[in-house]
Amino acid sequence: MTDTSKNENGCPVHDWATDYDVMDEGYTRNPAPIWAELRQKCPVAHTTRWGGSWMPTRYADIQEMANMVPTLSSRAISVIPPDPVLREELIAELKAYGTESPPITSDPPEHSPYKRLILPFFSPRAVAGYAAMTEEICRGLLDELKDRDTADAAVEYAQQIPPRVIAYILGIDMGRAAEFTQWTQELLELGQTDPELRRAARTKIRTFFFDQIEHRKQNPGHDVISLLLDAEVEGRRLSDHTVAGICNLLLVAGIDTTWSSIGSALYHFATHPEDRKRLVAEPDLLPVAVEEVLRYYSPVTMARKVTAEVCMHGAEMKPGDKLLMTFPAANRDPEVFERPDEFVIDRQQNRHIAFGTGIHRCAGSNLARMELLVGLRLWFERFPDFSLAGEEGVTWAGGQVRGPRNVPVRLSA
Amino acid sequence: MRIRVNPNLCQGHNRCFSLAPELFEVDEFGLATALNDGRVPAGMEEKAQLCIDNCPEFAISEIED
Repeated sequence: MTDTSKNENGCPVHDWATDYDVMDEGYTRNPAPIWAELRQKCPVAHTTRWGGSWMPTRYADIQEMANMVPTLSSRAISVIPPDPVLREELIAELKAYGTESPPITSDPPEHSPYKRLILPFFSPRAVAGYAAMTEEICRGLLDELKDRDTADAAVEYAQQIPPRVIAYILGIDMGRAAEFTQWTQELLELGQTDPELRRAARTKIRTFFFDQIEHRKQNPGHDVISLLLDAEVEGRRLSDHTVAGICNLLLVAGIDTTWSSIGSALYHFATHPEDRKRLVAEPDLLPVAVEEVLRYYSPVTMARKVTAEVCMHGAEMKPGDKLLMTFPAANRDPEVFERPDEFVIDRQQNRHIAFGTGIHRCAGSNLARMELLVGLRLWFERFPDFSLAGEEGVTWAGGQVRGPRNVPVRLSA
Repeated sequence: MRIRVNPNLCQGHNRCFSLAPELFEVDEFGLATALNDGRVPAGMEEKAQLCIDNCPEFAISEIED
């Protein structure tokens, strides 16, 4: 069904219903035809690759599963399980502190107080306060490109925005943005198939935040880390471990994901001149167009751990099994979206669940949306006639966060 | 036209607020309510419908006036 050059054990996929591979290069490049076939043939697919998991592809099923808490638990949100060493570390930490990176790794009743703790940092009002700083970051990046004919829109623009924005919000050094991006990529992307890298990245991030916490204790400020140190959940201060876990979440969750979306948008408009021209002519269409970018190029797939037997469409999920929350597949379901595999820039009916659904819906969606709106608006003002400089230079990352990692463009016509 | 956000379904995605801040308000947790007791000002009906059609939790609906 697709060419397979880099699979687990180098063994190509013959049957996606019983043996899918989330790291397959062909799947990463173009997953939609595989989802379309599975939705018809086997709506909850299975694999034993990468530790084993189940993959639903229908919108209604994924909506239902997202609301099956805590039967489908968030205590394990990576598709690929940790290696034995990291597993032991995580178990020991859970025993000592009771929680890892709340609220994303929490089930009810632990989930809600932590979610309520972080949501105000990302409310529409709070996010509006970050827009001017985001504009300044984007203008600075665009200024760097002003005398150039070509650029890598993913590396030199999309990738640069989110780590700086989240660094500003957390009150950490924006100058280290490249490091934050590297840690995130090692943890979420490269580390998924390289256990040592994953463990090392986790340690780097935690160590960094433990240092930041010590610093804030001596010099409290108005940044999110200081506010977390001052906060209480159910009448109790948070442990340093929990603050570091939340900071880890806030740092990595907003980097890979938003960068992927901004990059996907630039890739799309670089390859679809009619959509690009329409957006230049009708800038007010941008908020609706951004939602279509989020639907069509949804970056994030989360995972859940099954804690009680669940049967759906003949799939018998057992306690301990992993389940993918394939939000990107839900967003291509023809039962919910007309012409699902077409990018419709002014799509009116668009109940996409790119940010998830139910209690674990993304806490940072307002921030991501603002970064997309600001980043695209300023890019279009500066380079309204940009175009792709060769499809062969485009690369995609997959696994749990899908997006283009290289998008070579010509900056003007 | 009159609309309502079902508080039991709203999960605070803020899709409605981002598309039509004239029609909704959201609290610091993102939970939305329709402004003006849900009465949509004349000329805003299309935007209201857009919000209904974009809620991922199916939380917004048109109600009898």
